[in-house]
Amino acid sequence: MQLAYEKTPGMSDTNSSKPLLHLKNVKQHFPITAGLLRRQAGTIKAVDGVNFDLMPQENLGLVGESGCGKTTLGRTILHLYRPTEGQILFKDVNLTQLKPSALRALRPKMQMIFQDPQDSLNPRMTVGSIIAEPLDEHSILKGKDRSNRVEELLDAVGLNPRYTNRYPHEFSGGQRQRIGIARALGLNPEFIICDEPIAALDVSIQAQVVNLLEDLQEKLGLTYLFISHDLGMIRHISKWVAVMYLGKIVELGPARELYRRSQHPYTKALLSAVPLHDPGRETKRERIILTGDVPSPANPPSGCPFRTRCPIAEIRCKSSMPEPKNLGLGHWVACHLVD
Amino acid sequence: MLSNPDSDVVLSVTDVVTQFDTADGRVHAVNGVSFDVQEGELLGVVGESGCGKTVTMMSLVKLLPMPPGKIVGGSALFEGQDLIQTDIDALKKIRGGKIGFIFQDPMTSLNPVLTVGYQLTEALRLHKNSSKSAARKRAVELLELVGIPMAKDRLDDYPHQFSGGMRQRVMIAIALSCDPKLLIADEPTTALDVTIQAQILDLIKMLRKELGMAIIWVTHDLGVVANLADRVMVMYSGFIVERADVEKLYSTPKHPYTHALLRTLPEMEGERAQRLESIEGQPPDQLKQPDSCPFSPRCTYSFERCTKENPFLEFVSEGHEVACWWDLENDRPRKVS
Repeated sequence: MQLAYEKTPGMSDTNSSKPLLHLKNVKQHFPITAGLLRRQAGTIKAVDGVNFDLMPQENLGLVGESGCGKTTLGRTILHLYRPTEGQILFKDVNLTQLKPSALRALRPKMQMIFQDPQDSLNPRMTVGSIIAEPLDEHSILKGKDRSNRVEELLDAVGLNPRYTNRYPHEFSGGQRQRIGIARALGLNPEFIICDEPIAALDVSIQAQVVNLLEDLQEKLGLTYLFISHDLGMIRHISKWVAVMYLGKIVELGPARELYRRSQHPYTKALLSAVPLHDPGRETKRERIILTGDVPSPANPPSGCPFRTRCPIAEIRCKSSMPEPKNLGLGHWVACHLVD
Repeated sequence: MLSNPDSDVVLSVTDVVTQFDTADGRVHAVNGVSFDVQEGELLGVVGESGCGKTVTMMSLVKLLPMPPGKIVGGSALFEGQDLIQTDIDALKKIRGGKIGFIFQDPMTSLNPVLTVGYQLTEALRLHKNSSKSAARKRAVELLELVGIPMAKDRLDDYPHQFSGGMRQRVMIAIALSCDPKLLIADEPTTALDVTIQAQILDLIKMLRKELGMAIIWVTHDLGVVANLADRVMVMYSGFIVERADVEKLYSTPKHPYTHALLRTLPEMEGERAQRLESIEGQPPDQLKQPDSCPFSPRCTYSFERCTKENPFLEFVSEGHEVACWWDLENDRPRKVS
């Protein structure tokens, strides 16, 4: 699928500056090996031809069910995995062609916040050394300057700067996520991938963390790629939303437009499946309940990947992959049945 | 099905107190919880992690590690029998029989080395003394009931051959196998994707209509219970802080915690909020003796009384109980009768 990038306008129209991130036909295929000789028996197409431009400070939310490739896409962008195919340009630098040393020099500008603050913080390191680790790797800060910077970062995420000698287990889930955020901010990044940053947190803490991320964005001019399955939170934090299904973006558009006038049957089903916290509206609204599960990415259906669960699929959906159509205002959809 | 005061009470829980003795001290997990479940009713239990919602349910059937856990007091009447006083051997006859369970993670709650058919028939053979062939026949019926295609051929499959949603359907089939009067579902859809969650919720609604058992649905997701429950109770720090019919709870929440919780959730429609409202502070420390309102340190309405006395659950209007010293509606301290 091509969300034809030359014209992925929405993302370029509204802002004349250059994109911070540009993806062209990005693919990430993992081999499946079998037998004693580990011969390749198949391919998992985790990410299969993704295109988009992301403008500075215009957050993109990436939604989809588990296994749709959203986390893999995030990691591929950061080159934690080398992409199988395609181009990823970060501030006009083609990351895919960089030597490891040049890529390493660029890493401070691109950071990541992980889902589970319990698993992503080393329990044997103090908070101070966790936050200072990226500084030691990539900056020349030492001694007093270094500890000042750590304290400054703790303060920026709303934690007491005197906590540097404590260990992660002494903090609650929400506070641990703040430590993860402080670590990501240390090297003044421009782009942060937030991979399900609030999924492991309590409801009452989620809003605190999202507000913090928004405040930091305003203060530091950050750009987020926000990966989540929480459609309500994605709507709140993102300017743009991309819906992924089996490694492909099936719909992309401005958040408000996409939630109000979703076109792809998958997006419609996904939005209608979110339970509203209002019994009155809940009973009145029309729900689309999809049958079955997501097909295996090792053996995706022919034609449109969604056709096996699509309530309105036709014969042509089986034979050919729908091309993305531009509906204006940067709203793109890949479905044969949308005019 | 709305709760009907005339209908029979299936389970009546009074003043259950559960504590854990840990190296750091005594954790006050459940601090005197009382509730009734009517026949055919779906009671939603909502709260954040650590609020005691799971421990309450597990205390009723003693599925707790004891020690360190300890049920200090209370009673739970089920069919004229106090579950709290019942010994483990007698409880085993009830667990999985008259009281069915669905747990959160279908991946870890099914045994990976036993076939689905074996796990389904286990309860039938144990509780109903069914013969092997009769149990298998019933197992096929159950799998069909929960919407597993080609049920007959799938009995000899292992859990890993099922997807997450299908595994949860198997769990539901196991819970239903002995026609329970009461089903306790602990976060049954939390590990699932929204589209699969919608399938399971749909299935539960259908099963309720068909089988009519009472269900206790424990969850942290206010959205899930909104279109499922008849009544909802909100828990915080081992206390029930609010309990009401579902429409009333969502339209006029009367406890500051419920009120704030509903407002922190981002909207799916309308204007985007400039900033999400949040509940400041951290969840409570349950090592503390629960002698004041546990929510008061985070509450915007907190006043002197809240730090001195623990409010008790009382009716403030028909079908609506709140445990709070502040009267949210009239914006003044509550007049206590």
